[in-house]
Amino acid sequence: MTLEEKKQLLITACKVRIGIIESTYSASSGHPGGSLSAADFLTYLYFKELNIDPNNPAWSDRDRFVLSKGHAAPALYAVLAHRGFFPVKDLRTLRHTGSYLQGHPNMNETPGVDMSTGSLGQGVSAASGMALAAKYMHKDCRIYALLGDGEIQEGEVWEAFMFAHHYKLDNFCIAIDNNKLQIDGNIADVMSPYPIPDKLRAFGFAVREIDGHNFEQIESALNEARATKGVPFAIIMDTIKGKGVSYMENQASWHGKGPNDKEYEQAMDELKAKLSELEAM
Amino acid sequence: MADIKAIATRDSYGETLAQLGAEHTDLVVFDADLAGSTKTSIFQKAFPDRHFDCGIAEANMMAAAAGAASMGLVPFVSSFAMFAAGRAFEQVRNSIGYPHLNVKIGASHAGISVGEDGASHQCCEDFALMRAIPGMVVMCPSDDIEAKAMVRAAYEYKGPVYMRLGRSPVPVFHNINQYSFEIGKGEIIIDGSDVAIIATGLMTAEAIKAGQMLSEKGISACVINMPTIKPLDDSIVLEAAKKCGRIITCEEHSIIGGLGEAVCSLLSEKLPTPVRRIGVNDIFGCSGPASELLKMYGLCADNIVNNALEMVK
Repeated sequence: MTLEEKKQLLITACKVRIGIIESTYSASSGHPGGSLSAADFLTYLYFKELNIDPNNPAWSDRDRFVLSKGHAAPALYAVLAHRGFFPVKDLRTLRHTGSYLQGHPNMNETPGVDMSTGSLGQGVSAASGMALAAKYMHKDCRIYALLGDGEIQEGEVWEAFMFAHHYKLDNFCIAIDNNKLQIDGNIADVMSPYPIPDKLRAFGFAVREIDGHNFEQIESALNEARATKGVPFAIIMDTIKGKGVSYMENQASWHGKGPNDKEYEQAMDELKAKLSELEAM
Repeated sequence: MADIKAIATRDSYGETLAQLGAEHTDLVVFDADLAGSTKTSIFQKAFPDRHFDCGIAEANMMAAAAGAASMGLVPFVSSFAMFAAGRAFEQVRNSIGYPHLNVKIGASHAGISVGEDGASHQCCEDFALMRAIPGMVVMCPSDDIEAKAMVRAAYEYKGPVYMRLGRSPVPVFHNINQYSFEIGKGEIIIDGSDVAIIATGLMTAEAIKAGQMLSEKGISACVINMPTIKPLDDSIVLEAAKKCGRIITCEEHSIIGGLGEAVCSLLSEKLPTPVRRIGVNDIFGCSGPASELLKMYGLCADNIVNNALEMVK
């Protein structure tokens, strides 16, 4: 990755974070914390990794991405908008009556959304079915899914992991957003899923642990995933819930609410200052 | 009907899947360690590379099938009704129903006629669960010929379908040369004017028997076979209500949420008519041979006749 490429990714990720704040503020609800922790990974995925065409969202040979942690929809929508799937200004319609930006992703309403998700555990199953189908259909496309660390408390997730390994889905790459917080608090206190890498390895995945806010590490992990044959791949990402907005960072209380006027202004001030700093680099 | 052959609709399902598999390469099958029982094993034998056993993990199977459908395949997904409609309800609702994906659920071993396995496996709530999902087609064949036509129609239809199949052999009463199937259409098997008996699944054969018994007593029963529970054939029900003024519904399902309630909902709004619902009366089943259980729970011609006699009195 060149310095210029990295700078562009940092700028895009900052704009995505602005989109997350704009949309959840406009909605007076939504899930900013887990959207902000996933923003860097999704930015890299949509701008560098996925073989997709914003002008032809239904292109049958495209790579697929499933947001299994569907509540991070504001991050997905912001990335899709900046990638050119729909106008950035529409992010402000999030969760409004009649908007195509539903509270959780709807594949039939939003261009670029490959699977309707929101009920935790189901997205990763659907993605594993896509990967199986791609193999059966001899398509070269790859299938990606992003899960929450709290989400892996769902039993269905482990059914999907067994399935992915059993059918040798090496076109399938999952990432786990280990931001360490869920609604009721620290995941280790609520219902510990640790140790995550050991469990994934035991389920037959090739595993890579990275800093989920470091683009070089994200790139390296995704390259390794693509080169891995015979088994599915898991990227365990160490992330910060609420990353990029000072008062939201590492706060479980920012899992599922929108910022008020004052909070919105502070978040926007911080993110715009960051954006100016990056653009001046 | 002692001279008529009997075939379980799960066998009809498995055989038709294998035939369709030869015609369409986009048809794939998912099963959850029950291929020998749901009869997708017949397809598996013919097309091993297109039959995906998901293990005893129905939740993942349903959502994985949804993913496969999103790629353009036509997955037929099978398990027992208890697990397909029951355990995996939310996957069916959120990953198949909500995105309206082209998944066909073939759920076998429905109802009391599962027999010896008992209440834990006798799903009498699947119509209720599946009917409540917007856009879901819910069907239940009455015999081998109808089941085979239904599986083909399900393949041709674009969108989610739930088909309820039985474990026990049921009499084959349709004439293959005079039969055609259309999703959402009921079928008048015996015309009549005193009481209309609307039945689905294995109860249709009992309804025909009841119609014949009533005829011997001088009562003219209209016997209607209703293979599609949703969307309901409103016009055939309204016509029958108009003509007969009395309706009896018959299903191997709870009286809550199934064919009987669908008919009552329609009639209460469009043409209030006295209805008696024959079904499982809000109780769990138990172990025993299917034929004994069906009589014990009143899912038989004698009970239909008794109800009809009381109604026309």
